[in-house]
Amino acid sequence: MNIFVCIKQVPETSQSVKIDPEGTAISLDGLEFVINPFDEYAIEEALRIKERFHEGKVTLVTMGPERCQKALRSGLAMGADDAVQLSDPLFDGSDPLTTARILAAFLKTQEFGLVLAGKQAVDDDSSMVPQALAEYLGVPHVCTVKKLELADDKKSATAHREIDGGTEVVTCRLPAVFSAEKGLNEPRYESLKGKMAAKKKQIRSVSAAELGLDPAKVGPRAATVKVCKLSYPEVKQGGVRMIEGDLAGQVAETTKILREGLKVI
Amino acid sequence: MSAGIWVLVEHSDGEIRKVTLEALGLGRTLAAQQGGEVVAVVLAQDTGQYMGKLSAFGADRVLACQDPSLKIYSCDSYAHTLARLARDRKPKAILFGATAQGKDLAGRLSAKLEAPLLADVTHLAFQDGKFVARRPMNAGKVVAMVESIGDSPVIASIRPKAFPMPTPIDGRTAAIDNVAFDAPEAGLGTVVKEILKAAGGALDVTEADVVVAGGRGLKGPEHFRLLEELADALHGAVGTSRPAVDAGWRDHSTQVGQTGKVVSPKLYIAVGISGAIQHLVGITGAKTVIAINKDPEAPIFKRADYGIVGDLFEVVPAITAAIKKA
Repeated sequence: MNIFVCIKQVPETSQSVKIDPEGTAISLDGLEFVINPFDEYAIEEALRIKERFHEGKVTLVTMGPERCQKALRSGLAMGADDAVQLSDPLFDGSDPLTTARILAAFLKTQEFGLVLAGKQAVDDDSSMVPQALAEYLGVPHVCTVKKLELADDKKSATAHREIDGGTEVVTCRLPAVFSAEKGLNEPRYESLKGKMAAKKKQIRSVSAAELGLDPAKVGPRAATVKVCKLSYPEVKQGGVRMIEGDLAGQVAETTKILREGLKVI
Repeated sequence: MSAGIWVLVEHSDGEIRKVTLEALGLGRTLAAQQGGEVVAVVLAQDTGQYMGKLSAFGADRVLACQDPSLKIYSCDSYAHTLARLARDRKPKAILFGATAQGKDLAGRLSAKLEAPLLADVTHLAFQDGKFVARRPMNAGKVVAMVESIGDSPVIASIRPKAFPMPTPIDGRTAAIDNVAFDAPEAGLGTVVKEILKAAGGALDVTEADVVVAGGRGLKGPEHFRLLEELADALHGAVGTSRPAVDAGWRDHSTQVGQTGKVVSPKLYIAVGISGAIQHLVGITGAKTVIAINKDPEAPIFKRADYGIVGDLFEVVPAITAAIKKA
């Protein structure tokens, strides 16, 4: 069974981000990029499933410009077999729904048993590509998966999915799309041997024309959502008021603030 | 006629989620801006129990889809039914809570209808023939103004607690349209077998008015009891910073920050949390932040409204005791 993992390259999360002069995108100058943290769980899960069944290939797929090859190389160094970059100037400026359509166009040309992805990209934060991708592929999906068990016959899977206030236990027929929640597993590090092997691997590049995609159906022309303006969040004014004194004094003042200022008691 | 603004009703165990009521309030504002009704769409085993509350909180009409198979949420059934209803009745917008269920469904429906999805919005308005929304990106490091393009219904998921809770009006009655349920022809791809509740029916950090969160300063999972007691006294929820989750002390469902949840409580009490940028972006929506930390230089104090430098193992139980006495 072949497993495809959809990944995205995102800014490393400990950095603050700057808005570019046009005000509609993040400035990429000096940013360090990594694999979207949730996608690492998806890659790890794919590798574990392959190891369990001793068959099939794990292929990474990303849509994006040249710089995204670094993310693909990292995933290859973790142990993925192949990497595909859906790369075309026509794809630039695609919104999440269009991204799902492009990923689906590629996956439809492949034989897949499973598609895995992170539950959301930590830059765009839309949490919608895996679900939309599943719809375009005509297969079921399960989101925010923190435990995944395939049946021995690989025709179905049982997933534990995180919901607000608990866990849903879901059975799902395969093929299907699963989006990974943190806690699904502990992603392995890139090994030295893996890094060496990753350097030698070819990354396959696929264009819009090769996927038979109509240029009007990709990129900003196809967008249903447009980012008009980015701004920084309002910064809290006034600074912090330190509650000084001995323990009894601190507690008395805090209780007063909770009761009179915030009215929570 | 049921064009207008639709609100998908999220419910469990006979309770309507708060964010659904907030969406009804937003629906009323949007209906005032562009005309049409506010329509609550409820899929359930028994829809009747929800009518009073949906009317009182702002629905002009309820589309009620009742079927024994709808006892538990199913993305396949919901998406199939919603898509059919939306194609027939052409709403202007369909609002969801940006919850686990809302996100699951909204992404799928967006592709089914080829409709714009404005995800996890904190502001939404109808202006010059378009829906315009504000949504945090990069976990809130930046805020985007986005707009929908095209004529298909706009789907929006709204962040819990970002919109005001409407005041219920007793005696308001909504028209009721009973709509038939038909299962997807291809059968259900996914079936929910069971729902395992979080221990103690814990309140979700995204819905709580008060969140008491702990980090590495707690020194071990056993000490979170101190935070649970304080949270109980304040009717709040317990949150966690990433290092404490990564150490295996608490479940990821309680993690606040960039790879966890973004919260907007009235009060956030950060205990033994230093305040890394990935954590701070998760609490930008908190109205008031109290930080308790032994290190006066901890970055959390730059974000906090009130700061206490001290030993959390003394300060927290003392505050809890004082609240209980009050």
